[in-house]
Amino acid sequence: MELRQQIRGFVVENFLFGDGVPLKDDQMSLLDNGIMDSVGVMELVAFLEGDLGLGIEDQELVPENLDSIDNLVGFVTRKRR
Amino acid sequence: MCGICGAVALEGRLDVPAGATERMIGVMRHRGPDEFGAWRDDHVLLGHARLSIIDLATGQQPMGDAEGRLWLTFNGEIFNYVELREELRALGHVFRTASDTEVLLESYRRWGDACVERFVGQFAFALWDGERRRLLLARDRFGIRPLFWTVRGGVLLFASEIKALGAWNAEAPLLDPGALSEVFTYWVNIPPATPFRGVAQLPAGHTAALELGRGGNTRPELRPHRYWHPTFLPAREDHRFVAKDELPGMARRIRELLADASIIRLRADVPVGAYLSGGLDSSATAALIQHTTQRRMKTFSVGFKDAAYDETRWQTMMAAHLGTDHESIRVGDAEIAGAFERVVWLSETPLLRTAPAPLYALSGLVRSQNYKVVLTGEGADEVFCGYNILREAKVRAFWARDPRSHRRPLLLSKLYPYLQQSPPGFLAQFYGSGLEEVATDPYFSHRPRWRNTGTIAAFLAADIQEAAVARDSEERLGASLPADFRLWGPVARAQYLEMTLFMSGYLLSSQGDRMLMGHSVEGRFPFLDHRLAELAGTLPASAKLASLKEKALLKLAVADLLPAAILERPKQPYRAPDSASFFVGPGADLVRDAFDAEALLETGLLDPQRTAGLLRKWQAGKLTSARDNMAFVGLLSLQLLARQFGPGFAQRVREDALRPEDVNWRGDSTAA
Repeated sequence: MELRQQIRGFVVENFLFGDGVPLKDDQMSLLDNGIMDSVGVMELVAFLEGDLGLGIEDQELVPENLDSIDNLVGFVTRKRR
Repeated sequence: MCGICGAVALEGRLDVPAGATERMIGVMRHRGPDEFGAWRDDHVLLGHARLSIIDLATGQQPMGDAEGRLWLTFNGEIFNYVELREELRALGHVFRTASDTEVLLESYRRWGDACVERFVGQFAFALWDGERRRLLLARDRFGIRPLFWTVRGGVLLFASEIKALGAWNAEAPLLDPGALSEVFTYWVNIPPATPFRGVAQLPAGHTAALELGRGGNTRPELRPHRYWHPTFLPAREDHRFVAKDELPGMARRIRELLADASIIRLRADVPVGAYLSGGLDSSATAALIQHTTQRRMKTFSVGFKDAAYDETRWQTMMAAHLGTDHESIRVGDAEIAGAFERVVWLSETPLLRTAPAPLYALSGLVRSQNYKVVLTGEGADEVFCGYNILREAKVRAFWARDPRSHRRPLLLSKLYPYLQQSPPGFLAQFYGSGLEEVATDPYFSHRPRWRNTGTIAAFLAADIQEAAVARDSEERLGASLPADFRLWGPVARAQYLEMTLFMSGYLLSSQGDRMLMGHSVEGRFPFLDHRLAELAGTLPASAKLASLKEKALLKLAVADLLPAAILERPKQPYRAPDSASFFVGPGADLVRDAFDAEALLETGLLDPQRTAGLLRKWQAGKLTSARDNMAFVGLLSLQLLARQFGPGFAQRVREDALRPEDVNWRGDSTAA
C-alpha cells in the first residue's frame, strides 16, 4: 500500500473513527484542528514504531515531523532513506 | 434528605391527573423511603418523600404553619436551625415541633424570601403562601440539593428529579438535542438548562417566585432572583505577595471555621458517618470531628480491584490513625458495568465518566450498615485550590506573559506527570492555543478542557451538532457572570467556573446527591459551608495555591491532625476505569445492546459511522486516551438515557407509583 494512504488510513480510523471528511487536506494540522490530542501523539508513535517498523528518537517528536499527513509522509520517507 | 414535588395551576383550578401524586412521589421514593406525604387545595399540590433525620416524630411534611396559611415541602437541612429557633423565639415565634422544617416556615414569616440568606445549609424547597397566592422556590448556594421545574398544560410542575415531572401525566420529557451536545463540551448544562426540552433547573443560589392572581391578561411566570454567588479578591490582591508570617493567622481562621462547619453538620437524630477517600479533605474533616467530639466515628471507603485507581492503602492508614470503625468495599468491572443503567437513571444526564458508579456502590455500603447520613470532603478542591485546572490556569497565565518562552510551558508537566512523555512541541501547541486571550477571554482557564471535550461531540448525529451551534451556550453563561468577574484573576475565574458548572452540575449531582440518594443516604459537605467559602474568597490565591502547591493554606490549617504521609502525598484525582469496565460479561452485553443497529436507529442521536469506528477501536482494546474514553462512556450513557426516557417511561413510572393508601394527606387537604 502506498505510504500516504497507509498513514491517512491510520489517522482516519484511529482519530476520526472512519469518517475522513474532517481531514480536508494533507497539510492540515492534526493538533490545531482537534483531530489528535497530546496523548494521541503516543498512539501515532506506536503506529510508526509498530506498523511501520521505525525507531523514533525523542528529539524527532516535533510537530514538524508529525502534525500533518504531509509532515508524516516526509518524515517517514526521510527515515527510510 | 428527601424528595419534593408539586404542581401549581397557572390559571383557574388545579386538575390533578388520576394517580399523579402517587407517581411523582413514587418515582423518587429512593430519596425518602420513610414516609410519603402530600397536601393540596384547589390550586396547589405539594408532595414529599421523607428520609427522617431530624425530629423523627413530628417532622412530617408537607408542613403547614399554625394558621394553615403557609405550606412547605422541603428537601435538605438548615444546620443552624437551633440558633435560628432561639432568635425567632426571642422575637415571639412559637414552635410546635423540634424540626428544622418549622424553623424554615417561621423564618419565612419573619424575613420573607430573604430568609435563605440566614440559612447555613443545603436545601431545596417550595413554599406556598396561601394568603398572597404565591409560590416560592429556593435552592442552596452551591446547588447541593436539586430542583427542577417545567410547565405542562398550564400547570407549573417542580420536583427534585426530572423523572417526577414526567410522572405527573406519565409522559417522558423529550431530550433537547442542543442541550445534549452542550454536555459533550462543558460536561454539564449551562444553568438553567437541562438535557430535556422545556425542563429548567433552578440555578444554585437562587430563589424564584410565582405570583398568582395579580390580575391582568399575562400568565404568571416564575421570576428567578440570585441571592448568592461565590466571591473572590480582585486580581491584584488575589495574586499579591504574601509574607510567611501572615500564613499562620489565615490558617487559624480556616481551622476554626472548618471545625465549626464540620461539627454543625453532625446535627441529626440519627448517627452520622463519614467517607474516607484517602485524600486530604475527607481525612481533615474526619480528624477535626474526632478531635473535637472525642467520638469514635464510623467511616466508609470505596477501593478498586484495579490497582491504578485504588487508594485503599491510604484509606486504611487514615482509619487506623483516627481509630474509626471502618467499612470498605472494593469494586471492579462487574460492579461498575452492573450498576451503570441505574446510575444513568438516577443522574438524568449523559455522563462522560463511570466515576459515579463506585460512589453508588459506596452509598449502598453505608445503607447496609444502617447509616443514613455521611460527611464527605467534596468542595475543598474548589474552595482551597486543589484542582489541576486551577494550577493550569496559573501556569498558562504566567506563560502568556512571555508566549515565546519554551521553559514556561514545561511547568505543565509538573501538573500532569504523563505529559513528561508528551513531546514539548505538542504540549505547547495544545495548551498554548488561546494564550493571547488571557485578559479578554472569560473562559481562558477552561479552553483546553472544553476544546478537548468538544471534539467528542463529533460522534453525535449531524442535526444534533447543528442544534448545538445555534445554542450560544457561552453567551448565556456570560450573561450569568457576576459583575465582579472581570476584576478577578485567572485562578479566581477558574474557581468560579468550576464551582458553578462542574461542581454544581456534575460533582454534587451525578457524583453526589444522585448517587447518595439512590440508596437513601444524605451527604453533608463541611467545605461547602458558605461561611468557609466566603472566608476563603477573602484570602489570596497566592496563599491558597502557593507557587504550584495545591491547597497549601488548608494543609497548614490541619497539619497537626494528619499523618505526614497523607499530608504530603500528591493529590490523586478520583477516577474509575471507564471503557475497560465493559469489556466482558454483562458490561459487554450492555454495550452491544445499546449500540446495535436498531438501537441507533431508535434514538437517532449518534453518527452511526463514527460510533462503529469507536466500537472497533474499543473491541481491539485500543481505547486508551482520555478523550476516547469520554466519548465511549458519553455515547453509552446517552443511548441508555434516551431509552429510559423513551417509550418505556410511562409504564416504568406507573410501576413505581405509590399505592393511594401510602400517601399521608396532610392538614385540610381537599384530596380528590
